[in-house]
Amino acid sequence: MPELGRAALVVTLGLSTYALVAGALAAHLGRRRLAQSAQNALIAAFFTTLIASGVLLAALVRHDFSFTYVARTTSEALPTGYTISAFWGGQEGSLLLWLLILTGFGAAAVRLNRSWARDLIVWVVPIFGAVAVFFSFLVVAVASPFATQAAPPDGAGMTPSLQNPYMLVHPPMLYLGYVGLTVPFAFALGALLSGRLDERWLIATRRWTLFAWTALGIGQLLGAHWAYVEVGWGGYYAWDPVENAALMPWLAATAFLHSVMIQEKRGMLRIWNVLLVILAFSLSLFGTFLTRSGVVNSIHSFTQSSIGPWFLAFIGVTVAMSLALVFWRLPRLRSPTKLESPISREAAFLYNNLLLLALCLAILWGVVYPMLSEAIRGEAVVLGRSYYDFFLRAFGLPLLLLMGIGPLIAWRRASLRSLLTTFRWPTFVALATGGVLLALGAGSSVPGLIAYTFSAFVGSTIVMEFARGTRARKALGAASWPGAFSSLMARNRRRYGGYVVHASIVLLAIGVAGSSAFDSVAEAKLTQGESLAIGGYTLVYRSLAERQSANATEIRATLGIRRGADDLGTLETGKNAYTIEQQVSNEVGIRSDKLTGEDLFVIAEQIDPDGSVYFRVFVKPLVNLIWLAGLVFLLGSVITLWPDRREQRRLVARASEVGLPATR
Amino acid sequence: MTVALLLAATLAVACVIVVALPFLREPDPDKDVLDELDEDDRRRLERLETRDRALSALRELEFDHRTGTISDDDYREQIGPLRREAATALQALERDAPEQQEQSPDEKGRPTGGRI
Repeated sequence: MPELGRAALVVTLGLSTYALVAGALAAHLGRRRLAQSAQNALIAAFFTTLIASGVLLAALVRHDFSFTYVARTTSEALPTGYTISAFWGGQEGSLLLWLLILTGFGAAAVRLNRSWARDLIVWVVPIFGAVAVFFSFLVVAVASPFATQAAPPDGAGMTPSLQNPYMLVHPPMLYLGYVGLTVPFAFALGALLSGRLDERWLIATRRWTLFAWTALGIGQLLGAHWAYVEVGWGGYYAWDPVENAALMPWLAATAFLHSVMIQEKRGMLRIWNVLLVILAFSLSLFGTFLTRSGVVNSIHSFTQSSIGPWFLAFIGVTVAMSLALVFWRLPRLRSPTKLESPISREAAFLYNNLLLLALCLAILWGVVYPMLSEAIRGEAVVLGRSYYDFFLRAFGLPLLLLMGIGPLIAWRRASLRSLLTTFRWPTFVALATGGVLLALGAGSSVPGLIAYTFSAFVGSTIVMEFARGTRARKALGAASWPGAFSSLMARNRRRYGGYVVHASIVLLAIGVAGSSAFDSVAEAKLTQGESLAIGGYTLVYRSLAERQSANATEIRATLGIRRGADDLGTLETGKNAYTIEQQVSNEVGIRSDKLTGEDLFVIAEQIDPDGSVYFRVFVKPLVNLIWLAGLVFLLGSVITLWPDRREQRRLVARASEVGLPATR
Repeated sequence: MTVALLLAATLAVACVIVVALPFLREPDPDKDVLDELDEDDRRRLERLETRDRALSALRELEFDHRTGTISDDDYREQIGPLRREAATALQALERDAPEQQEQSPDEKGRPTGGRI
């Protein structure tokens, strides 16, 4: 039923256009029924997009190769899970997913806030409408998922590297993050247009921003793990443009989540916060552009297409109009309060913001430089790993340290004497850790040693904060220590959930430092019976076997693993030859030590007809802390996102005092 | 194909009805203006935000001092200005209150029509 899919998208385009035009008119003229009508259009656009998505999903599951998209991205032999993941595996489908999430988030955000922030919502609807017009236009006129053809007997299949369970979750998570950033953007612009620059736009979007940020963070970690187990080069992050495309809006959103606290606590940084929201949304559009336009060479960029100019034009218009609005509202955005001291919590948060932004812009420059150099000199000059590593160390290490300092300084101003008292123990723990590690030989990598030392500092401040807070709650009358701890968390989820997130960043830093600064590598061509030694392990090449799976021929080399006198069993590594796709992929062998977090990582680089195999082997200390960090990050985000009844009651009381409905 | 086109036409008609619903429900309303906060309410909302910010800062300072995150010196230096800030915010709200009571909602010109 491609006609139904096409028609549903045309109706979505019509509804979005109506939400934009009627919404803007209603807000400008102050017409109540027209505003309600525009809201209904935005909500209806979600349901029409849902129908279009249902049509595409049904075509994928039925292997209906009369849909060009289905024939290009799947085959009869492709397992059902991957067939469903083809929805977002190709350009047209992923744009449709963008639109589906966008209209869904738009409809939900409008419904949830239409009473409580009604004078703001009337201006938010046309912004959502404008973004939805762009994406629905793309899927209607430029990249339709419902183009048809005479059905071939079988499809072209899916790129082998996408045939991985992570692809069922990683792209949708990233899209939830990218699109989620539209919500704070729409509310920020709604606040600018309406002149309602009170805190309501921040309150209305706080959880949306956190949700989008969490999804983007988890999506990136899933992507990193996918690259680690599937791409088969021995790492998890290559500073690839498409990887950077997701990191940049995440960094901008991280900066916003910190600076918004300064606005809430001190009424400062109102211009800065609006600019950060605009930056985060623009970078999310830029990320989608990078992934989908084919403008960069990337292991993650699976398409060459003509949507690039459309995206660039939309990003240009978005940035220009947003900045014009900020400029127009500058007098009303200026904050009455000023920074009182360079040694204060707000100052620490500001330094954190500047470092995050500097890192974000350095990465942006690294991404656009090859494009600019190609446009100007006709030759793409790619900035390599050393460029990014330099800025990660220059900005990332001070950021890590600030993560421990910021939450422990007083708001407004702190005396040097009290700083010395507060940080006495964390500094001692950090220096002791650094000294012990140096004695153990960790001085081979200075950035790695600094990262460990700073991690120890931050880790001890977090432990100290939880211990002090729990003790204070116990002193205030909690019946037991667990009761005091849960009362502490329940009374300030944002603060203590934030500490859990900080703990995850510490784990991430330790994992990254361990696996990149202190890893070891060995490679050798082995015939059966020969062995290779690395980092205390001995690998013996035992056998080579070939087997058939549903859609590929799998060749696997089996290696026996020993560590000293201990037999650690066997490990398989090899290659998959995909019949329909006519492609070969590396299938790496990984043995994880759950106690130390270390991985033994084996790649069969080349398998010769005589049965000899060229192996490349890595030992990656602490790498599993990176994936553990993902779980801790998720836990911290959930704690922070969890509804806070006390805060809700306070907001409701405030709203009712000015005659706003007592519900959000 | 005919079934698909029929479904598409039904979808389009349903969407037109959903969009037109506010006009179909109220073809001739007494008031068709947005229910917005007036200047007084907006000023009051800002003062309420200032009050909540000051009270929240006081609570946080007290807790941080109790836990030992904030030293006695920093606490003593900050508690005075914060209390004054909270008192000023509360006084400003109290000053507003009699003015608000003097004016009924209709006199202030705030529409009482349906909600958005």
